Amino acid sequence: MEKHIDYEKIEKSARLGRNIRKVLVYALLTFWAVIVLFPFYWMILTSVKSYGSYNAEHVPTFYTLAPTMENYLDAFTAVPLARYLGNTVLFAVITTAIMVVVITLAAFAFARLKFRGRNLLFTLFLSLMMIPNELVIITNFVTVTNMDLRNTFTGLILPSVTSVFYIYLLKENFEQVPDELYRAAKVDGTSDLKYLCRVLIPICKPTLITIVILKIIECWNSYVWPRLITDDPNYYLVSNGIQEIRENGFGRENIPAMMAAVVVISLPLIILFLLFRKKIMEGVSRGGTKG
Amino acid sequence: MDKKNFKAWLYLLPAILFLGLFLVYPLIDVFIYSFEEGYNFASQTYYGVGPYNYSYVLHDTYFLQAVKNTFLLVIITVPVSTGLALLISVGLSSIKPLRELYQTIYFLPYVTNTLAVGLVFMILFQKTEYTDGLVNLFINWFGGESVDFIDGPYWAKMFVLCFYTVWVVLPFKILILTSALASVNQDYYKAAKVDGTSRLRIFTRITLPMISPMIFYLVITGFIGAFKAYSDAVALFGTDLNAAGMNTIVGYVYDMLYGDSGGYPSYASAAAIILFAIVLTITCINLLVSKKHVHYS
Repeated sequence: MEKHIDYEKIEKSARLGRNIRKVLVYALLTFWAVIVLFPFYWMILTSVKSYGSYNAEHVPTFYTLAPTMENYLDAFTAVPLARYLGNTVLFAVITTAIMVVVITLAAFAFARLKFRGRNLLFTLFLSLMMIPNELVIITNFVTVTNMDLRNTFTGLILPSVTSVFYIYLLKENFEQVPDELYRAAKVDGTSDLKYLCRVLIPICKPTLITIVILKIIECWNSYVWPRLITDDPNYYLVSNGIQEIRENGFGRENIPAMMAAVVVISLPLIILFLLFRKKIMEGVSRGGTKG
Repeated sequence: MDKKNFKAWLYLLPAILFLGLFLVYPLIDVFIYSFEEGYNFASQTYYGVGPYNYSYVLHDTYFLQAVKNTFLLVIITVPVSTGLALLISVGLSSIKPLRELYQTIYFLPYVTNTLAVGLVFMILFQKTEYTDGLVNLFINWFGGESVDFIDGPYWAKMFVLCFYTVWVVLPFKILILTSALASVNQDYYKAAKVDGTSRLRIFTRITLPMISPMIFYLVITGFIGAFKAYSDAVALFGTDLNAAGMNTIVGYVYDMLYGDSGGYPSYASAAAIILFAIVLTITCINLLVSKKHVHYS
């Protein structure tokens, strides 16, 4: 009898310990989730406060009873936000499109074609991954300036249309496709290019999609190169655009309108992320580096 | 055979062209620039060869300030972000319900525009004539004095920069660590349970050694990333970082290259090479340390 009670007691205290631990874990996780989400909440909240009511707040308020869309109107009319967005979309689409062609051809050559010096060249390619962007950007700046390509899309796009890492990723994927398919295609007299387009690309579509999404995110957020290469606001991308808006945007300190612009700039990527969550997280854990 | 060779090179041609022009040539060129003294950007001439650019950069107070800021940022954010990521990942892998939701939320900062969201942090921390801002409201609640984190004392500005940096880099670290934790062989835990091992002991003797290669990977990439910090600082303090006293080494390189104080690719090259000498040294030290402490199965 005694023993039985003891056993129940132990069980009870163990359960209590488990529950306390669980509460603590959830408290920690929720705390960080709040810290992550709060800036997003604050930017949306501020963007729907009117200019007058925002500036009348000596003590910030956590909600608004009179939301307004006026700031969004300002963001699109008082500053060329639409142009910045258009430029960025154009830049992202063209860069990604050219890059996909370049890396697919290169990855195909490394994965399927036999030629002298292949392994050596591939090792050289891989060693290029270690070159930091900050070292080469100086000469690239001079090169592009000398080619009179400042303030052009060509100048913006050219340096970022190849990526050794994506060539590597795609090559690995191409190599997983059985050799027999290639030989069968050869017997049928299919050309290499046709085999690449009709067989390899459809099979490796998931990897290609991941690469495309990661590249679009990178293009959308790129700041340093566009800043060096453009000083004409007509060619600004969103990152430079928002900096321009901050420094001499609305003619006066108009924080709600600025926040509206921030929301508009952030939204496309957040939607993209929510749509392709699994793919993006998987792709980043395979090869993203940030931080 | 020759035709085959030719065709392969044809496929590789675009990649080789772009990489050669924008990656290999610049890498060589940056060293040449860094030794050309008195390089004139407009006429593309120089009058001497020597180490003057390096000595100029090393004696520039702006550069020294940038080095100090960058080192502080690295020393604070790398341990804090790695530790926090470890704590959150361990928490995440111990729960079942809501796990996906938390993971999705934690990843959000990765896909946001650093410059844009930095502005939100700026208004949260900023103290203006109209309002003390939200963070100061909290500080006041706990009986503290208002501080201007954006234009105020150095420690306050450093704090915001570190806080924002951690906020930005954490998604990547949490993602890597949660997948590392998920891949630990469950048999080890079962065996430990049979032996009645305490939780702390399980964590330090099984979990940590098993994921130590990934932690080490994060520490190395964290060091490299933090040394290259730049756009976070721009987002918070504006483009004139020298005036704010918050410049980073990369920021110094870009300021030398372009902008109001720009036009000196030689100084920029020298500064960039100094930066990478530092990064390389630290990475080598990291590798040496890891040989002793990291468990590779």
